[in-house]
Amino acid sequence: MRQVFGVALLLGLMALPAALGQRSSEIHKNSSQSFAIVSFKWDHVKEPYIIALWILVASLAKIVFHLSHKVTRVVPESALLIVLGVFLGGIVLAADHIASFSLTPTVFFFYLLPPIVLDAGYFMPNRLFFGNLGSILLYAVIGTVWNAATTGLSLYGVYLTGIMGELKSGLLDFLLFGSLIAAVDPVAVLAVFEEVHVNEVLFIIVFGESLLNDAVTVVLYNVFDSFVGIGAENVTGIECVKGIVSFFVVSLGGTLVGIFFAFLLSLVSRFTKHVRIIEPGFVFVISYLSYLTAEMLSLSAILAITFCGICCQKYVKANISEQSSTTVRYTMKMLASGAETIIFMFLGISAVDPNIWKWNTAFILLTLLFISVYRVIGVIIQTWILNRYRTVQLEIIDQVVMSYGGLRGAVAFALVALLDKDKVKERNLFVSTTIIVVFFTVIFQGLTIKPLVQWLKVKKTEHRDPKLNEKLHGRAFDHILSAIEDISGQIGHHYLRDKWSNFDRKFLRKILMRRSAQKSRDQILNVFHELNLKDAISYVAEGERRGSLAFIRSPSTDNMVNVDFSTPLPSTVESSVSYLLREKAGPVCLDMQALEQRRKSIRDTEDTLAHHTLQQYLYKPRQEHKHLYSRHEIMHSEDDKQDKEIFHRTMRKRLESFKSTKLGINHSKKLNKIHKRDRGQKRRNSSVIPNGNIPSENPVQDFTLKEKDLEFSESEENNDYETLHLGKGVDFLANVTKQNFTDTPAGDMDHDVEMTEYSSSDDQLNQNGSVSVNPLHFFPSCLQMPWTQNYSSLENRGNISLSAVSEYIASCDPNVPDLFWESGTDMNNKETVNSGYCSEVSFKSENSQDENTLLMFEGLEDSYMKEPQEKKMLLDVEANYRSAAARRVQSRRSFHRPKPLHHPKLQKLASLPASCHVPPHSLEQEETQL
Amino acid sequence: MRELADRTGFTSEQIEHLHRRFKQLSQDQLTIRKENFDSIPDLEFNPIRGKIVHAFFDKRNLRQESDGLADEINFEDFLTIMSYFRPIEMNMDEEQLDRFRKEKLKFLFHMYDSDHDGKITLQEYRNVVEELLSGNPHLEKESARSIADGAMMEAASICVGQMGPDQVYEGITFEDFLKMWQGIDIETKMHVRFLNVDTIAHCY
Repeated sequence: MRQVFGVALLLGLMALPAALGQRSSEIHKNSSQSFAIVSFKWDHVKEPYIIALWILVASLAKIVFHLSHKVTRVVPESALLIVLGVFLGGIVLAADHIASFSLTPTVFFFYLLPPIVLDAGYFMPNRLFFGNLGSILLYAVIGTVWNAATTGLSLYGVYLTGIMGELKSGLLDFLLFGSLIAAVDPVAVLAVFEEVHVNEVLFIIVFGESLLNDAVTVVLYNVFDSFVGIGAENVTGIECVKGIVSFFVVSLGGTLVGIFFAFLLSLVSRFTKHVRIIEPGFVFVISYLSYLTAEMLSLSAILAITFCGICCQKYVKANISEQSSTTVRYTMKMLASGAETIIFMFLGISAVDPNIWKWNTAFILLTLLFISVYRVIGVIIQTWILNRYRTVQLEIIDQVVMSYGGLRGAVAFALVALLDKDKVKERNLFVSTTIIVVFFTVIFQGLTIKPLVQWLKVKKTEHRDPKLNEKLHGRAFDHILSAIEDISGQIGHHYLRDKWSNFDRKFLRKILMRRSAQKSRDQILNVFHELNLKDAISYVAEGERRGSLAFIRSPSTDNMVNVDFSTPLPSTVESSVSYLLREKAGPVCLDMQALEQRRKSIRDTEDTLAHHTLQQYLYKPRQEHKHLYSRHEIMHSEDDKQDKEIFHRTMRKRLESFKSTKLGINHSKKLNKIHKRDRGQKRRNSSVIPNGNIPSENPVQDFTLKEKDLEFSESEENNDYETLHLGKGVDFLANVTKQNFTDTPAGDMDHDVEMTEYSSSDDQLNQNGSVSVNPLHFFPSCLQMPWTQNYSSLENRGNISLSAVSEYIASCDPNVPDLFWESGTDMNNKETVNSGYCSEVSFKSENSQDENTLLMFEGLEDSYMKEPQEKKMLLDVEANYRSAAARRVQSRRSFHRPKPLHHPKLQKLASLPASCHVPPHSLEQEETQL
Repeated sequence: MRELADRTGFTSEQIEHLHRRFKQLSQDQLTIRKENFDSIPDLEFNPIRGKIVHAFFDKRNLRQESDGLADEINFEDFLTIMSYFRPIEMNMDEEQLDRFRKEKLKFLFHMYDSDHDGKITLQEYRNVVEELLSGNPHLEKESARSIADGAMMEAASICVGQMGPDQVYEGITFEDFLKMWQGIDIETKMHVRFLNVDTIAHCY
C-alpha cells in the first residue's frame, strides 16, 4: 500500500518537468517586452534540473523499496529499479509521446560507470583478488572470448538455416553482437551478488571476471566494429593479428595507466597533511583522470580505474587522515550506489522507446538460449581445467552459481547503443535483443539466484569480526608457507607474495607512505587498534545506555584483583592474563596502555616481594580498576568496610578542603603560601621517617586511604574549580603534586613523605643545576620505548602532555626557592631528591618517556640504596600509586588529547588542591553536574 | 620409495624432486643439520625463520615417541615435515580430513609451544608475536607484546568463556587451539603446492 502511494508520489514528481516545460515557453513569449522582476527561466535550468530530479526520483524510489523488507528480500533492487524505470518511461511516453530520456553511452561511460568501478577497485579485497587472479583471468579472457565466439557463430549458423527470416547482417555483425553480449556486467553482478552473500572465493571470481573482462569486450567490440566498417571482404589475416595484438595493448596498457595513476595518487596523498580538507578530492580526481586517460589512449578505461583503486588503496588509506578516509569511503559508496540506481532506472526508461524496438522472436529467444548454454559449457570446461591447478576446488555447486551469475547489464546496452546505424543495419534488432537479455538476466536470474543459492546450500560468507588470533596466525602462515616453499625449492605464489611484500616494505612504502604511516601500517596492529576502538566505543555506549558516564568513575570494587602483577614468575604472568580476562569478561578492555603499565611493573624484579606483601594489605586503589567496567554491581562485604572507613575520612577531608578552597579567592597568592607551608611541613615529616616514626601497623594502608579520600572528595573540589578547569586537559604530574596540598592539613605523615619527593625534586632541578646526574643512564633501554607507538596513528599525544607537565613544573618552581636547601641537609632527603630529580629531568627532556618508566626506575634505585624496610615499602607503594596515576592519565589520553596549559592563570590553578583523579572533560562535566 | 610415498602421501615424482632438493641442501649427505638451512638465501628474511627451522628438528613433529630436539634429520623426516603441508586430496572422507586437519594444527601448535609443556603460555605467545612483527622496523617490541596480550585474552575468552574472578588462564592447550581454529579452513590455507616437476617459475 505504502509502496503504491510512494510510486504515485514519484509520478507526480515525474510529471512536473514536462508540465513546467510547457508553461515556461508561454511565459517566455509574454515577458519578452518589458523588464520582469521575476522571470521564470525553465529553459535556463532545464538540463541540470531534470538530471537532479531524476536522481531524486531514483533515490526516493530506493527509500520506498526499502520500506518493505519483504519485497527487497525477494526481489533484487536492480530488478525493482528496472521495473520502475519502465513504468516511469511509460508515463513520460504517454504524456509526451516522445521518449525524451534514455541512457546515452556518453553519460554512462563518462559519469555513471567510473564511480562504480572505482568503488569496486578501491574496496577490492586485494589478497583474495590476487590469490585468485589466475582463475579470474582465465574466466575473464578465455571465457569472454568463448562466449562471444560461440554465441555469434551459433546465431549466424541458425540465421543461415533461415529461421530468423531475412536480416541485413553478415557474419561480422553477428560476431559483433556476440562480443557485446558476451561480457558479464560488473554493475549487475555486484548489485545481485552483494545481496546474495555467497562465499568470498566464489564472489571474487565472478566479480573479478566481470571487471576484467571489460578489456576483452572492448577489444572484441572495437575489432569487430571496425571490421564491419571496412567490410567483410577487406578483412585480412593482418587485421586479425592486429586485433589480437590490440587486445594485449589495450588490457596491459589500461592496467599500466591505472598503476601509474595509483602511484601518483599515493605520492600526492603523502603530502596532503596541511590540506586535509581536500584530501578526499584527490582520490576521486586522480582516479577519474586515470579513467579518462585510458579512454583517451583508447585503452581499457575500466581496467585502468580498477587497478588504480586496487593499487592505491593501501597507501592512500595509510596516508590520509581518519576523517578523510571515512569521507572517501562514504562518498565513494554514495556515488557508486547512486550511479547504480540511475543506471538501472534508466535502463528501464530507455526500454520504453517505440523507435528502437524491432522484434524477432527467433533471434531473441535463441540469443537467450545461447548465452545461457554457452556460459554453462564455458564455465564447466574452464573449471575443469582450473581445478587441476587449484587447491580450493570449485565444486559443481559453485559452477552452477557461476554460470547462473553471468548477468548482462548496462555495459552491453551502452555498447549496443553506440552502434552506428549506417554500418550495422540491424542495430535496432540488436538493441532490442540486448534490452531483453539484460532484463531477463537481471530480473529473472536476479530473482531466482537467491533461492537457488539457498537451495543448493552454497557456502556463504559468515561475517566475522576481525580476530587478533586469526590475523596473527594468518601472518604466521604466510611466513611458514613461504619458508617451506623456500626450503622445498618451490616457487609458488607464497614465494612471490613474500618477495612482493619485501619489495613493498623496502621501496614502495618508503616512497609512498608518510613516515608516521609507515610505522603504524601493520595489519595486525590495525586489527588490534580496531578491537581496542571497538571496546572503547562499547564502553562509552554502555555508559550512555545507563544514562550517565559516572560509572566510569564510580568504584566498581568487585572488579578488584588480588593478583600481583609485579612478579616475573610464570605463574604471575599467567595470572596477569587472567586479570586481563576479567576485564574482557566485564566485557571491555579499555586501554592497552594500562596493560602496558602492568607489564612494565612485571619487569621490576627488585621489589617483587615488597609488592606482593603490599598488594595483599593495600586498600584497593581505585585507579586499579577505574578503567575496568563491570556489570556486576554487587559490592564485596570487605569493600563495604573499606568504603565506610573511607567515607569517614572523606568527610573530614572535605571539611578541610572546603575551608581552604573557600578562602582561596586570590588563588595564586594563597596557593603559593600553602604550597610553601606544605613543603616545609613535608620536609619535617620526611625527616621523621628514618627515625622510625611511622605508624607501625600498616603504613601503606594509611597511604592508600589517603588516596581514596582524595578521590572521594574530588567531586566537590571539582565543583569549585570547574569553570576554570574545564577548558583544558589536566596533566598528571600537576595533580600528583597537588595532592600534597590537600593532604598536608590532615597531617598524614606517610603520604607526605612520598609527596616530598616530587615537590622537592621540582625545586631542586631549577635551583641547583649542578647536580650532575644524568638520569637517563639508569633506564634500561627497553623501558624507554614510548608506549605511544601503539597509537601512533593518533599523533604525539604523549609529547604534548609531557610538555604540559614540564610547563607546570617550571611555573611552580620559583615559589619555593629556599626549601631545597632545607631538604638537602637531610641525608635521607637528599636521596629522595636525587631520585625525584631523575624523573624530573626526563620529564623535561620530553622524549615521550613513559612516566611510569621513571617511576619504576625510582623504585628500583631506592631499593638498591638499602633503605629501611618501611621506606622501601613506601616507595614501592608510591611507584605503584604513581604508575596508577600515570595509567589513568594515559588511558585518558587514548581518547583525549590533553592540551598544554597555556594560560598562566591556569598553570597556577594546576597547583590547586584538585583531586589526583581528573577524568576527561566530558566525564568531568557530567560528574560535577550530578 | 613406495613405502615412503604411502606414508607421506606424496607421489613418487614429488618425492624424487624433494630428494633432489634434500641432497642439494645437505650437500649430498644423508642428513640435514640446522646449519644447512642457512644456505637458503630467501629464508634469511623470514622473521620466524628460527621457529620454522626449529620445527624441522622437533621430535614431536617427526612422529617419534620421544620428546626434544633432534640434531639432524634424514630424508624421511624431511618428507614427514613436508607432508604437513600437503594440500587436501579430493578423495578424502570426513574422518581423514579431520585427522589431516588436526595434524596440521598440531604442527602449528608445536611451533608455538616452545617449551613442550602442551600449553602456549603468554610468554611463548609473546615471543612468537614479537618475531612475527620484527619484520617491521617501526614497530616497537612493546606493541608486539600488547598485541600478544590482546590475542591471548581473546583466545581465553573463546576457549573458556566467562571466567570466574579467581580463575587463571594458564595458556592455550591443544584443545583450546582446536577451538580457536574452528570455522577457519586451515586445510585450504596451510598448504604448499608441491610440483611434480622441477622448480620452474610457477605463477599461480
